[in-house]
Amino acid sequence: MKRLVANFKKYRYLLGELVKKDIKLKYRNSVLGFLWTLLEPLLTMMVLTFVFSSFLERNSIKNFPVFILCGRLLYSYFSNGTKLALKSIRRNGSMIRKVYVPKYIYPLSSALSGFITFLLSLTVLVGVAAVQHIKPTWYLLQAVIPLITILIMTIGVGFILATLDVFFRDAEYLWGVILMLIMYASAIFYDPSKILDNPMKAWVLKYNPLYAIIMNFRHSIFGEPMEIKYAAYAFGFAVVTLVVGLTMFYKKQDKFILYI
Amino acid sequence: MDKNIALKVDNVSVRFNMTTEKVDSFKEYVIKKVRRQLRYNEFWALKEVSFQIMKGQRVGVLGLNGAGKSTLLKVIAGVLKATEGTVTKNGTIVPLLELGAGFDPQYTGAENIYLYGAVLGYSKAFIQEKFNEIVEFSELGDFINVPIKNYSSGMKARLGFSIATVVEPEILILDEVLSVGDAQFRKKSERRIKDMFDKKVTVLFVSHSLAQVRSLCDHAIILEHGRIVAQGESQKVCDLYEQKLGR
Repeated sequence: MKRLVANFKKYRYLLGELVKKDIKLKYRNSVLGFLWTLLEPLLTMMVLTFVFSSFLERNSIKNFPVFILCGRLLYSYFSNGTKLALKSIRRNGSMIRKVYVPKYIYPLSSALSGFITFLLSLTVLVGVAAVQHIKPTWYLLQAVIPLITILIMTIGVGFILATLDVFFRDAEYLWGVILMLIMYASAIFYDPSKILDNPMKAWVLKYNPLYAIIMNFRHSIFGEPMEIKYAAYAFGFAVVTLVVGLTMFYKKQDKFILYI
Repeated sequence: MDKNIALKVDNVSVRFNMTTEKVDSFKEYVIKKVRRQLRYNEFWALKEVSFQIMKGQRVGVLGLNGAGKSTLLKVIAGVLKATEGTVTKNGTIVPLLELGAGFDPQYTGAENIYLYGAVLGYSKAFIQEKFNEIVEFSELGDFINVPIKNYSSGMKARLGFSIATVVEPEILILDEVLSVGDAQFRKKSERRIKDMFDKKVTVLFVSHSLAQVRSLCDHAIILEHGRIVAQGESQKVCDLYEQKLGR
Protein backbone atom coordinates (compact mmCIF):
# COMPACT_ATOMS: atom_id res chain seq x y z
CA MET A 1 0.00 0.00 0.00
CA LYS A 2 2.79 2.37 0.97
CA ARG A 3 4.61 1.52 -2.22
CA LEU A 4 1.44 2.15 -4.21
CA VAL A 5 1.11 5.64 -2.80
CA ALA A 6 4.78 6.41 -3.41
CA ASN A 7 4.46 5.16 -6.95
CA PHE A 8 1.39 7.28 -7.54
CA LYS A 9 3.20 10.34 -6.22
CA LYS A 10 6.11 9.72 -8.53
CA TYR A 11 3.90 9.47 -11.58
CA ARG A 12 1.36 12.13 -10.60
CA TYR A 13 3.20 14.59 -12.78
CA LEU A 14 3.02 12.22 -15.75
CA LEU A 15 -0.73 11.88 -15.20
CA GLY A 16 -1.03 15.66 -15.40
CA GLU A 17 1.11 15.77 -18.52
CA LEU A 18 -1.00 13.12 -20.25
CA VAL A 19 -4.24 14.90 -19.38
CA LYS A 20 -2.77 18.16 -20.66
CA LYS A 21 -1.64 16.45 -23.84
CA ASP A 22 -5.10 15.04 -24.58
CA ILE A 23 -6.71 18.43 -24.17
CA LYS A 24 -4.03 20.38 -26.00
CA LEU A 25 -3.86 18.09 -29.01
CA LYS A 26 -7.59 17.69 -29.38
CA TYR A 27 -8.00 21.12 -30.85
CA ARG A 28 -4.58 21.81 -32.29
CA ASN A 29 -4.79 22.50 -36.02
CA SER A 30 -8.51 23.18 -35.95
CA VAL A 31 -9.48 26.72 -36.90
CA LEU A 32 -12.06 27.23 -34.19
CA GLY A 33 -9.98 25.34 -31.68
CA PHE A 34 -11.34 25.29 -28.18
CA LEU A 35 -14.63 26.85 -29.36
CA TRP A 36 -15.65 23.41 -30.59
CA THR A 37 -16.00 22.26 -27.00
CA LEU A 38 -18.79 24.82 -26.70
CA LEU A 39 -20.17 24.75 -30.21
CA GLU A 40 -20.64 21.01 -30.46
CA PRO A 41 -23.11 20.64 -27.57
CA LEU A 42 -24.81 23.87 -28.53
CA LEU A 43 -25.43 22.72 -32.08
CA THR A 44 -26.61 19.23 -31.10
CA MET A 45 -28.93 20.81 -28.55
CA MET A 46 -30.42 23.00 -31.26
CA VAL A 47 -30.94 20.03 -33.56
CA LEU A 48 -32.52 17.94 -30.81
CA THR A 49 -34.74 20.80 -29.67
CA PHE A 50 -35.89 21.35 -33.22
CA VAL A 51 -36.56 17.68 -33.87
CA PHE A 52 -38.32 16.94 -30.62
CA SER A 53 -40.29 20.11 -30.04
CA SER A 54 -41.35 21.51 -33.39
CA PHE A 55 -40.98 18.57 -35.68
CA LEU A 56 -42.38 15.56 -33.87
CA GLU A 57 -44.94 16.63 -31.31
CA ARG A 58 -45.77 19.36 -28.95
CA ASN A 59 -43.61 19.03 -25.94
CA SER A 60 -44.79 19.44 -22.38
CA ILE A 61 -41.36 19.86 -20.83
CA LYS A 62 -40.56 23.34 -19.62
CA ASN A 63 -37.24 24.84 -20.65
CA PHE A 64 -36.68 22.07 -23.13
CA PRO A 65 -33.29 23.32 -24.41
CA VAL A 66 -31.82 23.31 -20.88
CA PHE A 67 -33.43 19.94 -20.19
CA ILE A 68 -31.80 18.45 -23.29
CA LEU A 69 -28.47 20.12 -22.73
CA CYS A 70 -28.14 18.71 -19.18
CA GLY A 71 -28.75 15.18 -20.37
CA ARG A 72 -26.75 15.51 -23.52
CA LEU A 73 -23.63 16.95 -21.84
CA LEU A 74 -23.53 14.31 -19.11
CA TYR A 75 -24.20 11.48 -21.52
CA SER A 76 -21.56 12.58 -24.01
CA TYR A 77 -18.97 12.83 -21.26
CA PHE A 78 -19.78 9.30 -20.16
CA SER A 79 -19.75 8.05 -23.73
CA ASN A 80 -16.56 9.83 -24.85
CA GLY A 81 -14.69 9.17 -21.62
CA THR A 82 -15.40 5.45 -21.59
CA LYS A 83 -14.62 5.12 -25.31
CA LEU A 84 -11.28 6.87 -24.86
CA ALA A 85 -10.42 4.76 -21.81
CA LEU A 86 -11.43 1.60 -23.68
CA LYS A 87 -8.86 2.23 -26.36
CA SER A 88 -6.23 3.69 -24.05
CA ILE A 89 -4.16 0.56 -23.45
CA ARG A 90 -3.97 -0.44 -27.07
CA ARG A 91 -3.44 3.14 -28.22
CA ASN A 92 -0.40 3.38 -25.96
CA GLY A 93 0.73 -0.14 -26.76
CA SER A 94 4.05 0.90 -28.23
CA MET A 95 4.90 2.78 -25.06
CA ILE A 96 3.78 -0.01 -22.73
CA ARG A 97 6.06 -2.40 -24.58
CA LYS A 98 9.08 -0.17 -24.21
CA VAL A 99 9.12 1.73 -20.96
CA TYR A 100 7.79 1.12 -17.49
CA VAL A 101 4.93 3.37 -16.47
CA PRO A 102 2.12 2.25 -14.17
CA LYS A 103 -0.52 1.15 -16.63
CA TYR A 104 -3.55 2.47 -14.78
CA ILE A 105 -2.37 5.91 -15.76
CA TYR A 106 -3.62 5.49 -19.34
CA PRO A 107 -7.35 4.83 -18.75
CA LEU A 108 -7.30 7.22 -15.81
CA SER A 109 -5.86 10.09 -17.83
CA SER A 110 -8.41 9.47 -20.61
CA ALA A 111 -11.31 9.70 -18.18
CA LEU A 112 -9.83 12.80 -16.52
CA SER A 113 -9.06 14.75 -19.68
CA GLY A 114 -12.60 14.09 -20.91
CA PHE A 115 -13.88 15.36 -17.58
CA ILE A 116 -12.00 18.62 -17.86
CA THR A 117 -13.30 19.36 -21.36
CA PHE A 118 -16.73 18.41 -20.08
CA LEU A 119 -16.48 20.90 -17.20
CA LEU A 120 -15.44 23.60 -19.64
CA SER A 121 -18.36 22.78 -21.92
CA LEU A 122 -20.71 23.41 -19.00
CA THR A 123 -20.31 27.13 -19.78
CA VAL A 124 -22.69 26.50 -22.67
CA LEU A 125 -25.26 25.36 -20.15
CA VAL A 126 -24.74 28.54 -18.17
CA GLY A 127 -25.31 30.60 -21.30
CA VAL A 128 -28.42 28.76 -22.41
CA ALA A 129 -29.86 28.80 -18.89
CA ALA A 130 -29.35 32.57 -18.74
CA VAL A 131 -31.12 33.02 -22.07
CA GLN A 132 -33.99 30.89 -20.76
CA HIS A 133 -34.21 33.03 -17.61
CA ILE A 134 -33.33 30.26 -15.20
CA LYS A 135 -31.99 31.89 -12.09
CA PRO A 136 -29.30 30.17 -10.06
CA THR A 137 -30.36 28.99 -6.62
CA TRP A 138 -28.61 27.42 -3.66
CA TYR A 139 -29.68 24.05 -5.02
CA LEU A 140 -27.09 24.52 -7.72
CA LEU A 141 -24.44 23.44 -5.21
CA GLN A 142 -25.95 19.95 -5.23
CA ALA A 143 -24.68 19.54 -8.79
CA VAL A 144 -21.30 18.57 -7.33
CA ILE A 145 -22.71 15.19 -6.31
CA PRO A 146 -23.87 14.00 -9.75
CA LEU A 147 -20.67 15.38 -11.25
CA ILE A 148 -18.45 13.43 -8.88
CA THR A 149 -20.60 10.34 -9.33
CA ILE A 150 -20.31 10.40 -13.11
CA LEU A 151 -16.55 10.89 -12.88
CA ILE A 152 -16.14 7.85 -10.64
CA MET A 153 -18.44 5.80 -12.83
CA THR A 154 -16.62 6.76 -16.02
CA ILE A 155 -13.25 5.85 -14.48
CA GLY A 156 -14.62 2.54 -13.19
CA VAL A 157 -16.30 1.54 -16.45
CA GLY A 158 -13.20 2.77 -18.29
CA PHE A 159 -11.00 0.34 -16.34
CA ILE A 160 -13.35 -2.56 -17.05
CA LEU A 161 -13.50 -1.76 -20.77
CA ALA A 162 -9.78 -1.11 -21.15
CA THR A 163 -9.06 -4.52 -19.64
CA LEU A 164 -11.59 -6.30 -21.86
CA ASP A 165 -10.44 -4.53 -24.98
CA VAL A 166 -6.89 -5.82 -24.65
CA PHE A 167 -8.10 -9.40 -24.92
CA PHE A 168 -11.12 -8.95 -27.17
CA ARG A 169 -10.98 -6.42 -29.93
CA ASP A 170 -14.72 -6.49 -30.43
CA ALA A 171 -15.32 -4.84 -27.07
CA GLU A 172 -15.12 -1.52 -28.88
CA TYR A 173 -18.00 -2.22 -31.25
CA LEU A 174 -20.10 -3.95 -28.64
CA TRP A 175 -19.68 -1.00 -26.30
CA GLY A 176 -20.81 1.37 -29.08
CA VAL A 177 -24.10 -0.50 -29.32
CA ILE A 178 -24.54 -0.66 -25.55
CA LEU A 179 -23.90 3.07 -25.32
CA MET A 180 -26.72 3.70 -27.76
CA LEU A 181 -29.01 1.59 -25.62
CA ILE A 182 -27.95 3.56 -22.54
CA MET A 183 -28.63 6.82 -24.36
CA TYR A 184 -32.22 5.87 -25.16
CA ALA A 185 -32.73 4.56 -21.64
CA SER A 186 -31.60 7.78 -19.97
CA ALA A 187 -34.46 10.12 -20.83
CA ILE A 188 -32.21 12.65 -22.48
CA PHE A 189 -34.72 14.05 -24.92
CA TYR A 190 -38.07 12.80 -23.72
CA ASP A 191 -40.22 13.22 -20.66
CA PRO A 192 -39.33 10.49 -18.13
CA SER A 193 -42.63 10.76 -16.22
CA LYS A 194 -44.55 8.80 -18.87
CA ILE A 195 -42.24 5.85 -18.45
CA LEU A 196 -41.93 6.14 -14.68
CA ASP A 197 -45.74 6.04 -14.36
CA ASN A 198 -45.92 2.78 -16.23
CA PRO A 199 -45.04 -0.01 -13.77
CA MET A 200 -44.02 -2.31 -16.61
CA LYS A 201 -41.45 0.09 -17.99
CA ALA A 202 -40.34 2.07 -14.97
CA TRP A 203 -37.43 -0.23 -14.16
CA VAL A 204 -35.61 0.94 -17.29
CA LEU A 205 -35.08 4.34 -15.73
CA LYS A 206 -35.13 3.35 -12.08
CA TYR A 207 -32.16 1.02 -12.37
CA ASN A 208 -30.21 3.12 -14.82
CA PRO A 209 -27.53 4.95 -12.82
CA LEU A 210 -26.87 7.37 -15.65
CA TYR A 211 -30.52 8.41 -15.60
CA ALA A 212 -30.29 8.97 -11.85
CA ILE A 213 -27.24 11.18 -12.36
CA ILE A 214 -28.84 13.19 -15.15
CA MET A 215 -32.07 13.65 -13.23
CA ASN A 216 -30.37 14.91 -10.10
CA PHE A 217 -28.21 17.23 -12.15
CA ARG A 218 -31.33 18.67 -13.74
CA HIS A 219 -32.91 19.16 -10.31
CA SER A 220 -29.89 21.17 -9.25
CA ILE A 221 -30.06 23.38 -12.32
CA PHE A 222 -33.82 23.95 -12.07
CA GLY A 223 -33.56 24.79 -8.36
CA GLU A 224 -35.21 21.71 -6.90
CA PRO A 225 -33.99 19.39 -4.15
CA MET A 226 -32.21 16.21 -5.19
CA GLU A 227 -33.79 12.77 -4.90
CA ILE A 228 -31.54 11.26 -2.29
CA LYS A 229 -32.41 7.64 -3.03
CA TYR A 230 -31.44 7.97 -6.65
CA ALA A 231 -28.28 9.86 -5.76
CA ALA A 232 -27.24 7.17 -3.27
CA TYR A 233 -27.99 4.40 -5.76
CA ALA A 234 -25.95 6.04 -8.52
CA PHE A 235 -23.06 6.76 -6.19
CA GLY A 236 -23.05 3.22 -4.88
CA PHE A 237 -23.15 1.88 -8.41
CA ALA A 238 -20.23 4.10 -9.42
CA VAL A 239 -18.11 2.95 -6.48
CA VAL A 240 -18.87 -0.69 -7.27
CA THR A 241 -17.82 -0.24 -10.92
CA LEU A 242 -14.61 1.41 -9.75
CA VAL A 243 -13.79 -1.43 -7.39
CA VAL A 244 -14.63 -4.06 -10.01
CA GLY A 245 -12.70 -2.17 -12.67
CA LEU A 246 -9.58 -1.75 -10.57
CA THR A 247 -9.64 -5.38 -9.47
CA MET A 248 -9.98 -6.62 -13.04
CA PHE A 249 -7.28 -4.28 -14.22
CA TYR A 250 -4.80 -5.23 -11.51
CA LYS A 251 -5.38 -8.93 -12.01
CA LYS A 252 -4.78 -8.78 -15.73
CA GLN A 253 -2.34 -5.94 -16.25
CA ASP A 254 0.79 -8.08 -16.32
CA LYS A 255 -0.63 -9.95 -19.28
CA PHE A 256 -1.41 -6.86 -21.35
CA ILE A 257 2.01 -6.76 -22.90
CA LEU A 258 1.52 -10.20 -24.39
CA TYR A 259 -1.62 -9.17 -26.24
CA ILE A 260 -1.00 -5.65 -27.51
CA MET B 1 19.47 -6.66 1.09
CA ASP B 2 23.19 -6.08 1.12
CA LYS B 3 23.85 -2.41 0.47
CA ASN B 4 26.62 -3.17 -1.96
CA ILE B 5 24.34 -5.03 -4.32
CA ALA B 6 22.92 -2.83 -7.06
CA LEU B 7 20.78 -5.36 -8.83
CA LYS B 8 19.71 -8.83 -7.86
CA VAL B 9 17.99 -11.16 -10.29
CA ASP B 10 16.70 -14.11 -8.37
CA ASN B 11 15.58 -17.27 -10.11
CA VAL B 12 13.73 -15.39 -12.86
CA SER B 13 11.72 -17.33 -15.42
CA VAL B 14 9.51 -15.92 -18.13
CA ARG B 15 6.96 -18.01 -19.95
CA PHE B 16 5.15 -17.06 -23.10
CA ASN B 17 2.00 -18.82 -24.19
CA MET B 18 1.93 -18.90 -27.90
CA THR B 19 -1.46 -19.85 -29.23
CA THR B 20 -1.18 -22.01 -32.28
CA GLU B 21 -3.75 -19.74 -33.87
CA LYS B 22 -4.26 -16.14 -32.92
CA VAL B 23 -7.53 -15.52 -31.12
CA ASP B 24 -8.50 -11.94 -30.62
CA SER B 25 -12.23 -11.76 -30.90
CA PHE B 26 -14.69 -12.80 -28.28
CA LYS B 27 -16.66 -14.96 -30.68
CA GLU B 28 -13.62 -16.93 -31.75
CA TYR B 29 -12.56 -17.36 -28.14
CA VAL B 30 -15.91 -18.79 -27.06
CA ILE B 31 -16.16 -21.11 -30.05
CA LYS B 32 -12.64 -22.38 -29.59
CA LYS B 33 -13.06 -22.73 -25.86
CA VAL B 34 -16.23 -24.76 -26.29
CA ARG B 35 -14.63 -26.96 -28.91
CA ARG B 36 -11.51 -27.19 -26.76
CA GLN B 37 -9.36 -25.95 -29.58
CA LEU B 38 -7.48 -23.44 -27.48
CA ARG B 39 -4.02 -24.90 -27.46
CA TYR B 40 -0.98 -23.15 -26.20
CA ASN B 41 2.63 -23.81 -26.97
CA GLU B 42 4.59 -23.05 -23.87
CA PHE B 43 7.81 -21.26 -24.45
CA TRP B 44 10.28 -20.27 -21.76
CA ALA B 45 12.15 -17.17 -22.85
CA LEU B 46 14.08 -17.20 -19.57
CA LYS B 47 14.53 -20.13 -17.25
CA GLU B 48 15.82 -19.87 -13.70
CA VAL B 49 18.13 -16.96 -14.32
CA SER B 50 19.97 -15.76 -11.23
CA PHE B 51 22.80 -13.31 -10.84
CA GLN B 52 23.68 -10.23 -8.91
CA ILE B 53 25.56 -7.11 -9.75
CA MET B 54 27.55 -5.31 -7.09
CA LYS B 55 27.69 -1.53 -7.04
CA GLY B 56 30.16 -0.21 -9.56
CA GLN B 57 30.41 -3.47 -11.47
CA ARG B 58 30.07 -3.44 -15.22
CA VAL B 59 28.43 -6.58 -16.51
CA GLY B 60 28.13 -7.61 -20.11
CA VAL B 61 25.41 -9.98 -21.33
CA LEU B 62 26.32 -12.12 -24.30
CA GLY B 63 24.15 -14.42 -26.34
CA LEU B 64 22.89 -15.20 -29.78
CA ASN B 65 19.63 -13.84 -31.14
CA GLY B 66 16.75 -15.40 -29.25
CA ALA B 67 18.85 -16.26 -26.24
CA GLY B 68 16.65 -14.10 -24.02
CA LYS B 69 18.74 -10.95 -23.74
CA SER B 70 15.97 -8.51 -24.59
CA THR B 71 13.51 -10.35 -22.38
CA LEU B 72 15.96 -10.11 -19.51
CA LEU B 73 16.37 -6.37 -20.02
CA LYS B 74 12.61 -5.92 -20.19
CA VAL B 75 12.14 -7.76 -16.92
CA ILE B 76 14.81 -5.65 -15.25
CA ALA B 77 13.37 -2.43 -16.64
CA GLY B 78 9.96 -3.43 -15.28
CA VAL B 79 8.19 -3.57 -18.62
CA LEU B 80 7.64 -7.30 -18.45
CA LYS B 81 6.68 -9.16 -15.33
CA ALA B 82 8.55 -12.35 -14.60
CA THR B 83 6.42 -15.49 -14.46
CA GLU B 84 8.53 -16.69 -11.54
CA GLY B 85 11.27 -15.12 -9.50
CA THR B 86 12.06 -11.58 -8.48
CA VAL B 87 14.21 -8.65 -9.48
CA THR B 88 15.43 -6.32 -6.75
CA LYS B 89 16.93 -2.96 -7.60
CA ASN B 90 18.88 -0.66 -5.41
CA GLY B 91 19.04 2.80 -6.93
CA THR B 92 17.71 4.70 -9.92
CA ILE B 93 17.82 2.75 -13.15
CA VAL B 94 18.25 4.49 -16.45
CA PRO B 95 17.44 2.11 -19.27
CA LEU B 96 18.91 3.48 -22.46
CA LEU B 97 16.89 1.03 -24.48
CA GLU B 98 14.14 2.63 -26.45
CA LEU B 99 14.97 6.29 -26.62
CA GLY B 100 11.95 8.47 -27.13
CA ALA B 101 9.42 5.76 -26.36
CA GLY B 102 7.05 8.37 -24.96
CA PHE B 103 7.27 10.97 -27.68
CA ASP B 104 4.09 12.30 -29.17
CA PRO B 105 4.57 13.15 -32.84
CA GLN B 106 2.21 16.12 -32.72
CA TYR B 107 4.00 17.72 -29.79
CA THR B 108 6.93 20.05 -30.33
CA GLY B 109 10.39 19.11 -29.13
CA ALA B 110 10.05 21.36 -26.10
CA GLU B 111 6.70 19.86 -25.10
CA ASN B 112 8.12 16.39 -25.58
CA ILE B 113 10.95 17.13 -23.17
CA TYR B 114 8.36 17.55 -20.43
CA LEU B 115 6.30 14.58 -21.59
CA TYR B 116 9.18 12.15 -21.97
CA GLY B 117 10.75 13.42 -18.78
CA ALA B 118 7.50 12.61 -16.99
CA VAL B 119 7.47 9.16 -18.58
CA LEU B 120 10.93 8.55 -17.17
CA GLY B 121 9.66 9.61 -13.77
CA TYR B 122 11.39 12.99 -13.50
CA SER B 123 9.73 15.74 -11.49
CA LYS B 124 8.58 18.96 -13.09
CA ALA B 125 11.07 21.05 -11.16
CA PHE B 126 13.90 18.81 -12.29
CA ILE B 127 12.92 19.10 -15.96
CA GLN B 128 12.57 22.86 -15.73
CA GLU B 129 16.00 23.07 -14.18
CA LYS B 130 17.60 20.88 -16.82
CA PHE B 131 15.59 22.13 -19.79
CA ASN B 132 18.28 24.35 -21.26
CA GLU B 133 20.94 21.73 -20.75
CA ILE B 134 18.84 19.19 -22.66
CA VAL B 135 18.17 21.55 -25.55
CA GLU B 136 21.79 22.52 -25.73
CA PHE B 137 23.07 18.96 -25.69
CA SER B 138 20.62 17.85 -28.36
CA GLU B 139 21.87 20.63 -30.68
CA LEU B 140 18.37 21.09 -32.02
CA GLY B 141 18.42 24.87 -31.78
CA ASP B 142 15.27 26.46 -33.16
CA PHE B 143 13.88 23.08 -34.17
CA ILE B 144 12.94 22.57 -30.54
CA ASN B 145 9.69 24.44 -31.26
CA VAL B 146 8.77 22.31 -34.27
CA PRO B 147 6.43 19.29 -33.95
CA ILE B 148 8.43 16.10 -33.67
CA LYS B 149 6.67 14.50 -36.63
CA ASN B 150 8.80 16.75 -38.83
CA TYR B 151 12.06 15.58 -37.24
CA SER B 152 14.48 13.23 -38.88
CA SER B 153 15.10 9.99 -37.04
CA GLY B 154 18.53 11.25 -36.06
CA MET B 155 17.06 14.39 -34.50
CA LYS B 156 14.56 12.33 -32.53
CA ALA B 157 17.27 10.02 -31.27
CA ARG B 158 19.42 12.99 -30.26
CA LEU B 159 16.58 14.51 -28.27
CA GLY B 160 15.73 11.17 -26.67
CA PHE B 161 19.33 10.59 -25.69
CA SER B 162 19.70 14.08 -24.25
CA ILE B 163 16.60 13.68 -22.08
CA ALA B 164 17.39 10.17 -20.88
CA THR B 165 20.96 10.92 -19.91
CA VAL B 166 20.37 14.20 -18.12
CA VAL B 167 20.03 12.35 -14.82
CA GLU B 168 22.95 10.80 -13.03
CA PRO B 169 21.91 7.18 -12.90
CA GLU B 170 23.08 4.65 -10.38
CA ILE B 171 22.37 1.73 -12.67
CA LEU B 172 22.71 2.13 -16.41
CA ILE B 173 21.26 -0.39 -18.83
CA LEU B 174 22.63 -0.30 -22.34
CA ASP B 175 21.53 -2.28 -25.36
CA GLU B 176 24.55 -2.14 -27.69
CA VAL B 177 26.68 0.96 -27.48
CA LEU B 178 24.46 3.69 -28.73
CA SER B 179 25.12 5.01 -32.13
CA VAL B 180 23.03 8.11 -32.17
CA GLY B 181 23.00 10.75 -34.87
CA ASP B 182 25.98 11.79 -36.96
CA ALA B 183 29.63 11.15 -36.24
CA GLN B 184 30.01 14.32 -34.23
CA PHE B 185 27.05 13.65 -31.98
CA ARG B 186 28.09 10.05 -31.58
CA LYS B 187 31.40 11.17 -30.19
CA LYS B 188 29.60 13.48 -27.79
CA SER B 189 27.18 10.81 -26.63
CA GLU B 190 29.96 8.29 -26.17
CA ARG B 191 31.83 10.81 -24.07
CA ARG B 192 28.77 11.31 -21.89
CA ILE B 193 28.47 7.57 -21.32
CA LYS B 194 32.20 7.31 -20.63
CA ASP B 195 31.76 10.06 -18.03
CA MET B 196 29.09 7.99 -16.35
CA PHE B 197 31.40 4.99 -16.46
CA ASP B 198 34.14 7.02 -14.82
CA LYS B 199 31.77 7.97 -12.02
CA LYS B 200 31.64 4.29 -11.08
CA VAL B 201 28.09 3.78 -12.20
CA THR B 202 26.77 0.22 -12.28
CA VAL B 203 26.33 -0.97 -15.84
CA LEU B 204 24.41 -3.77 -17.47
CA PHE B 205 25.46 -3.97 -21.06
CA VAL B 206 24.00 -6.18 -23.77
CA SER B 207 25.99 -6.66 -26.90
CA HIS B 208 26.94 -8.90 -29.77
CA SER B 209 30.36 -7.37 -29.94
CA LEU B 210 32.92 -9.29 -27.92
CA ALA B 211 35.44 -6.53 -28.36
CA GLN B 212 33.14 -4.01 -26.68
CA VAL B 213 32.37 -6.33 -23.79
CA ARG B 214 36.07 -7.01 -23.31
CA SER B 215 36.95 -3.33 -23.23
CA LEU B 216 34.02 -2.03 -21.19
CA CYS B 217 32.99 -4.73 -18.76
CA ASP B 218 34.67 -6.44 -15.84
CA HIS B 219 32.11 -9.25 -15.62
CA ALA B 220 30.10 -11.13 -18.21
CA ILE B 221 27.22 -13.56 -18.54
CA ILE B 222 26.37 -15.89 -21.39
CA LEU B 223 22.74 -16.64 -22.06
CA GLU B 224 21.71 -19.59 -24.15
CA HIS B 225 18.08 -20.58 -24.75
CA GLY B 226 17.02 -18.55 -21.75
CA ARG B 227 19.50 -20.07 -19.32
CA ILE B 228 22.75 -18.77 -17.95
CA VAL B 229 25.48 -21.09 -19.15
CA ALA B 230 28.46 -19.16 -17.87
CA GLN B 231 29.21 -16.16 -15.72
CA GLY B 232 32.30 -14.66 -14.23
CA GLU B 233 35.26 -12.50 -15.02
CA SER B 234 34.75 -10.94 -18.43
CA GLN B 235 37.94 -11.98 -20.26
CA LYS B 236 37.44 -15.62 -19.32
CA VAL B 237 33.78 -15.62 -20.24
CA CYS B 238 34.53 -13.90 -23.52
CA ASP B 239 37.13 -16.54 -24.35
CA LEU B 240 34.57 -19.20 -23.62
CA TYR B 241 32.01 -17.46 -25.83
CA GLU B 242 34.53 -17.28 -28.64
CA GLN B 243 35.12 -21.02 -28.32
CA LYS B 244 31.39 -21.64 -28.46
CA LEU B 245 31.05 -19.52 -31.57
CA GLY B 246 34.05 -21.22 -33.15
CA ARG B 247 32.47 -24.63 -32.81
